[in-house]
Amino acid sequence: MSEIILDLKDITKIYSNGVVANRNVSVDFRKGEIHSIVGENGAGKSTLMKIIFGIEHASSGTITYRGKPTQFHNSMEAILNGIGMVHQHFMLIDDFSVAENIVLGMEPKQKRFFLNKKEAVNVTKNLAKKYNFDMDVTQRVSRLTVSAKQKVEILKTLYRDAEVIILDEPTAVLTPQETQALFENLKHFKNMGHTILFISHKLNEVKAISDRITIMQNGESRGTFNNEDITIEQMTELIVGRKVSLSYDDFKFESDRDGVAFKVEGLHLMKKGVPILKDINFAIREGEILGVAGVQGNGQSELVQGLVGLAGINGGKWFINDQDITSLSVDQKRIHGLAYIPEDRMKEGIAQGATVAENLISSYYRRKEINGPIFMNDKAIGKVATQLIKMFSVRTKNYKSKIESLSGGNIQKVVVARETNTDPKVMIAEQPTRGIDIGSAEFIHKQLIDMRNRNVAILLVSADLNEVMEVSDRLIVMYEGEIVAHFDRTKDVGEMELGLYMLGVKRQDEESLKRASLC
Amino acid sequence: MLDVLKIMLTPEFGFTVIRVVVPILFAALAAYIANSAGIANIAIEGMMLMAAFVGTVTSAFTQNAWIGLIAACLAGMLMAAILSYFTLILKTNNILGGIALNLFSSSFTVFLLFIITGSKGTSATLSARSLPKIVIPILKDIPILGRIFSGHNVLAYIMFAAVILVYLMMYQTPLGLRIKAVGKDPHAAESVGVDVIRIKTIALLLSGLLAALGGAYMSMGYLSFFTQNMTAGRGFIGLAAEAMGMGNVWLVTLTAFLFGMFDALSNALQLFALPSEIIQTIPYVAVFVGIVAYSIYEYRRMKIKGD
Repeated sequence: MSEIILDLKDITKIYSNGVVANRNVSVDFRKGEIHSIVGENGAGKSTLMKIIFGIEHASSGTITYRGKPTQFHNSMEAILNGIGMVHQHFMLIDDFSVAENIVLGMEPKQKRFFLNKKEAVNVTKNLAKKYNFDMDVTQRVSRLTVSAKQKVEILKTLYRDAEVIILDEPTAVLTPQETQALFENLKHFKNMGHTILFISHKLNEVKAISDRITIMQNGESRGTFNNEDITIEQMTELIVGRKVSLSYDDFKFESDRDGVAFKVEGLHLMKKGVPILKDINFAIREGEILGVAGVQGNGQSELVQGLVGLAGINGGKWFINDQDITSLSVDQKRIHGLAYIPEDRMKEGIAQGATVAENLISSYYRRKEINGPIFMNDKAIGKVATQLIKMFSVRTKNYKSKIESLSGGNIQKVVVARETNTDPKVMIAEQPTRGIDIGSAEFIHKQLIDMRNRNVAILLVSADLNEVMEVSDRLIVMYEGEIVAHFDRTKDVGEMELGLYMLGVKRQDEESLKRASLC
Repeated sequence: MLDVLKIMLTPEFGFTVIRVVVPILFAALAAYIANSAGIANIAIEGMMLMAAFVGTVTSAFTQNAWIGLIAACLAGMLMAAILSYFTLILKTNNILGGIALNLFSSSFTVFLLFIITGSKGTSATLSARSLPKIVIPILKDIPILGRIFSGHNVLAYIMFAAVILVYLMMYQTPLGLRIKAVGKDPHAAESVGVDVIRIKTIALLLSGLLAALGGAYMSMGYLSFFTQNMTAGRGFIGLAAEAMGMGNVWLVTLTAFLFGMFDALSNALQLFALPSEIIQTIPYVAVFVGIVAYSIYEYRRMKIKGD
């Protein structure tokens, strides 16, 4: 057994508002191992990592690093002591080159005062070569793909001589192929003596890469296991505390209606002379969920923003039940039956600073039932809101609470409740469960399926492959602003095959793609 | 019209452009550094005014223009320090902090002026010293160029040096890289251990220093005494020039000169039989038109980009 590099004993973290994020967590990390920390969102994984990295401080407990008791006061101290962290949201400056991003904060100098740009490029180039990363370090970060950006993040930690590298949900944004490539890199790091802390909730990945696995639930450790001593099913039970249904099939009624509820024809969009959307055609039947898979940044958000009316589109038309809604205002589109769950719930989903009730009624505040002759009827609003809170089991003190006091999952439930309550004909759901706990995610998925059973047509856009594969009936794949694949039955597609389309390796012929429009 | 053109083609006109551009360009550079660090420093006007006042009064009491200049710089940097305390430590909105400082300067300088001189209008009664004019040996004998570039106040030459120094700092030093990093994405900068508040404070102090040089020029070069609100919006014109320079120090300089040219033009046109009220508005109208043109350009660019 190799030596222990980092040892946490009885770590407890209680935030000033009384929330217990970690309770008596003990775990040790060995030199040269890949050690996964798994658990739901809110299980305390991130807090534990922040404590190691010096961003948060433990309320009690001891940390021993390289044999010495340690508590880093800030991330700089952790970095200087050889701990690096790759955050889930990239910490890169888009306008800077790869090399500039890597050396920032520890720049090579010349003549005492000046930046040595040549040296910066050379050092980073050699570093990339040493760790088997193939990239042009003079390129601007804004031009890189998501997986390349992640490589820059990893190189940043290696440039700072990180011995322990913490990766927070690194595969959430990657295709299966990119994930495999990342795993190859991680194994290479391990062989070079680095210790990898791998945070994830994708159990099959954890199983594939880890030497040891620590399971967190509700702020506590449920134990550390050797990879070979635990199965995925056992992990699931420990994580959730109960068995979860991973399939929604039982909830789906066979849909008997086959009228087309939503139709998109010939959508295209150019930005700076670059085509972002190229001739997008698809249709959705009543009572059907069409999934849109693809690596982020392949035109999905532009497509959604365009359809909803929040951003411009250069050409094309779209219809709800044969009614052209292309040039209607956002409000008019909604009146015609469009509903929208936005990707960014804090910015676009809710009005921060407003109450739960105000957010719940913001899509139908004009309705007579909640309006008096001049002023709004507070009592009626309260009644509607309380009802929705109950129906969607939103955990809040009451409807007058400020929305931002709720957890991410509950905020998202408010958004879904509001959007469902307008009785839409077409629902556009953009990453509806991103970053929320498994329980809420499951609830929201069931809500979407419930709407589908009530004959709503749903467009589900998600970068989470599991989500689109589990929930949708039909599937399209977007790559570089185009639909490159269409599958009549989501059930018939494998994850690896989807990955090939998402990466642009494969592309279906025009005949198959035409079927996306159901004709 | 032809007469106007004739005036603009004389070396004297070129000389005037440089004479009037000094405070505008210093203000623009001050705005450039602050903006690069992600701070909209609208307090530049107030910093200039305070520096103008402190500079000339100190020079009157010490009878030394250089001590006056140093005092002016310290005053500008003190104002910047106050602004950074407000906005970086106490997290006040920097526009509100800027407005507070601008209002404070314009009234506090008059208050002190009245206490010291008994006048609310000017400090002309004090026998203050001005900074020297410099005649450049060889350059002065070159026809035309000599008459344009030689014989300016020392601060005009410091201004040219400042443009180059600011460029070198922003593009060739680690500090410049960090200032830009902090301005573009403070979280990213923080994640690699850059002390965001420290870098922003440094940027603001440098911004205050440059604004102070522009202010000192007003009362110790352009004029030789302080008058009430003598900066007359030059700090804001500098901010406008910076905005139109789109984060490029050379473009910022060029735009400042463009505004300086209109300023000079309004001086020159006073020879003509035009109502002076209209002539005096020319520089401000030019800025207005410039900003409108710039906004339209930006809007079109954004539209193509689709942001």
